Amino acid sequence: MTDVISVFGLHKAFGNTVALDGLDLTVREGEVHGFLGPNGSGKSTTIRILLGLLRADRGTGTVLGRDPWREATELHRSLAYVPGDVVLWPTLTGGEVIDLLGRLRGGIDEARRRRLVQRFELDETKKGKAYSKGNRQKVALVAALASDVPLLVLDEPTAGLDPLMEGVFQAELLALRDAGRTTLLSSHILSEVEKACDRVSIVRAGRIVDSGSLADLRHLSRTRVHALLRSAPTLAELEAWPGTHDARVDGAEVWCSVDAEHLGDLVATLGSHGVETLTCQPPTLEELFLARYQPQPA
Amino acid sequence: MMMTRLAGAPDLLRLAWRRDRILVPASVIGLVVLSVGSAQTTLELYPDDESAAAGLAGILTNPSIIAMYGPLASQTADALAVFKTVMMGAFLVAVLGFVVVRRHTRTEEEEGRLELLGSGVVGRWSPLAAAVTLATVAVVAASALSAAGLAALGMDVPGSVAFGVAWLAAGLATVGVTAVAVQLASTTRGAAGLGFGFLAAAYALRALADSADDGSVLHALGWLSPLGWAGRVEAYGANRQWVLLLGLATLVAGVVVGVAVLERRDLGAGLIPARTGPARAGRILSGPVGLATRMARGTIVGWTLGLTLGGVVVGSLLGSVADLADDPVVSDFLEQLGGSAGTVEDIFVSTELGFISAAVAAVGVALALRLVGAERSGLGEVVLSTPTSRLRWYAANVAVPLALTTFLMVVLGVVLGVVGPAVTELAPSLGESVGASLAKLPAVWVLIAVAAALGGAVPRFAPFAWAVLLVTFLVGELGPSMRLPSWLLDASPFTHLSQLPGGTFEVVPSLALVAVTAVLVVLGGAAYRHRDVA
Repeated sequence: MTDVISVFGLHKAFGNTVALDGLDLTVREGEVHGFLGPNGSGKSTTIRILLGLLRADRGTGTVLGRDPWREATELHRSLAYVPGDVVLWPTLTGGEVIDLLGRLRGGIDEARRRRLVQRFELDETKKGKAYSKGNRQKVALVAALASDVPLLVLDEPTAGLDPLMEGVFQAELLALRDAGRTTLLSSHILSEVEKACDRVSIVRAGRIVDSGSLADLRHLSRTRVHALLRSAPTLAELEAWPGTHDARVDGAEVWCSVDAEHLGDLVATLGSHGVETLTCQPPTLEELFLARYQPQPA
Repeated sequence: MMMTRLAGAPDLLRLAWRRDRILVPASVIGLVVLSVGSAQTTLELYPDDESAAAGLAGILTNPSIIAMYGPLASQTADALAVFKTVMMGAFLVAVLGFVVVRRHTRTEEEEGRLELLGSGVVGRWSPLAAAVTLATVAVVAASALSAAGLAALGMDVPGSVAFGVAWLAAGLATVGVTAVAVQLASTTRGAAGLGFGFLAAAYALRALADSADDGSVLHALGWLSPLGWAGRVEAYGANRQWVLLLGLATLVAGVVVGVAVLERRDLGAGLIPARTGPARAGRILSGPVGLATRMARGTIVGWTLGLTLGGVVVGSLLGSVADLADDPVVSDFLEQLGGSAGTVEDIFVSTELGFISAAVAAVGVALALRLVGAERSGLGEVVLSTPTSRLRWYAANVAVPLALTTFLMVVLGVVLGVVGPAVTELAPSLGESVGASLAKLPAVWVLIAVAAALGGAVPRFAPFAWAVLLVTFLVGELGPSMRLPSWLLDASPFTHLSQLPGGTFEVVPSLALVAVTAVLVVLGGAAYRHRDVA
């Protein structure tokens, strides 16, 4: 499988503010790649560099095999972009904007355009000024999803959509993936990431802190264990077992978290203490992300 | 009912004042400086009635100037001192009233902030009441302070009060009209269309009425225009203080009608619904040039109509210019303004073309700056994420203003060249008019190129293009009479234009301006290709 986006060591500073500090990103062909990170972590800067709107101070890489800065125009023939904060021309109707963007991108799939307008329940005759945020988003999404391009770059595309429309968006996104398209999806909505994304990259303070499938990321995180035992170990014993953290003992009850690779050992050891009840809780997505969003001590 | 409808109005008024605490005082101060400052300057030049009458009476009986500024109240130094500011100021006071009312009503509603407020304890009439109150305060302050300032200069007191009345009548009437307009239109833009349409109609009506003969029906129609009232107060002449009642009556009527409409409509709606448009794009919207043209559609249509009208007015005034030819003061004055050669008609046309070309340059600069505007709003990012290259997007935003300004000057020249000869055989011919009109273009292009280059290279400084336009225009038009140093004169592209009609067309300076245009455009484009677009 080839990489549609592969960039390494991107640096970008605006004055004294470092926006990107050695960011690597790899997106494989045919996947929906989640791009996550707290506000101000560098997601939009990365996307603008990938689009050739900004030039990286340092770093190398290609998008669809092209240098995004030097070959921006050529590159743009093969991608469609939805910005995070969609603005429309105030005097153009939604339908006119969809056609305009389609033509600028070199053509639009008429049948898909019709179907998308219908599915998103978009009134195409309203002027840009009259649309709500969600409806502006729909205009940009229809224009992007109806384009015949191998790569979609979507910056928080569902912010402002109602849950019903979010569902429509996800279905369309998965349909496009099944047709072999690649998508870079920046998002804050974890359920969306979980449903739609094959792999995710988490960015913090201008660097990728984790990248992989959700299963991989889960695997890297600790599972929380709570057990009621017939003969509880002492706190010191519990803490000494391999891979345990945050241990607590209260009478016959023990709590701890454990690294994924030591979960089996822990369960076996707990067995020898006579398990009455046992709950193992894999990390929720929220925990997964919160743990990575938190600034790490230097 | 009255109380619940007006619940929260004092709080809204405080909020409105808090938001406008710079805008309103600054506008009021600006207007007072305009009236008092220009009166003081004039009185220094013409300290008594004799010098005033001798100095400019010749120009003031010219129908073209009366059409612009309204009638002269009397042949006194005081009347001369406020001659231009009565009408100009009344118009600006009216605009202030309009802007303040709209800001706190329809704009708030459109942006959704009124919804947030409306969910609190805020009566249905309160936003309108607060807006009208603040606008009235602003209008009263500007008028009263100006009147006081003029009296403080030692000018006739009843006349100074009448000056305040002239401004106030126009201002109050506009506040009343706007109170209705913001209820009728359902968008800020629509309200602007109604408000400025009203002001334009009021101005045009009074211009026609004031140029008509005293006692004619057309002259009487001037009483239908609030801007006509401002002139007909005849401050420092007839001093018709009762005209204030017309302004007050219009204000009350406007508020009553506005409230009546308010009672019958939903929040966010108007009586004139927002227009919808086509669901599919027309052929023009298929590339960057088409897009830039389409976005300039309103500008193109409006200015084409405006310049056609301007050409008709200037052309038809050529008939009365001949009457002034005998007066050496007038021809000296025109020559100083235009620095031109030839007959009085030629000088007049050349001067008017100079002024109009600056306005056309302003249109061009505004369009050229849309490159930066689009970058700020995020639309530039949308266009540049498509296969549209940066150079094509830049070129489109330069080509459209260059082409439009050329077109507008051709329209102006053709209309002038058709109307003028129809009025008097002394007027420049069609060919001369078009040629003279086109001869102004190189300076217009240079200013567009300055805006394009700044936008392409350093978007932060792009608004400086406006300062460049203003300074070069003032230097070019007024520099010779103000005896500015020659290096400063040479820095203005307007200085290098051939004096047409009447003079000879000088190829080299015009080509040099075209070359400067080309260099600036290319430099801006090169810089735009290599900078971050955010």
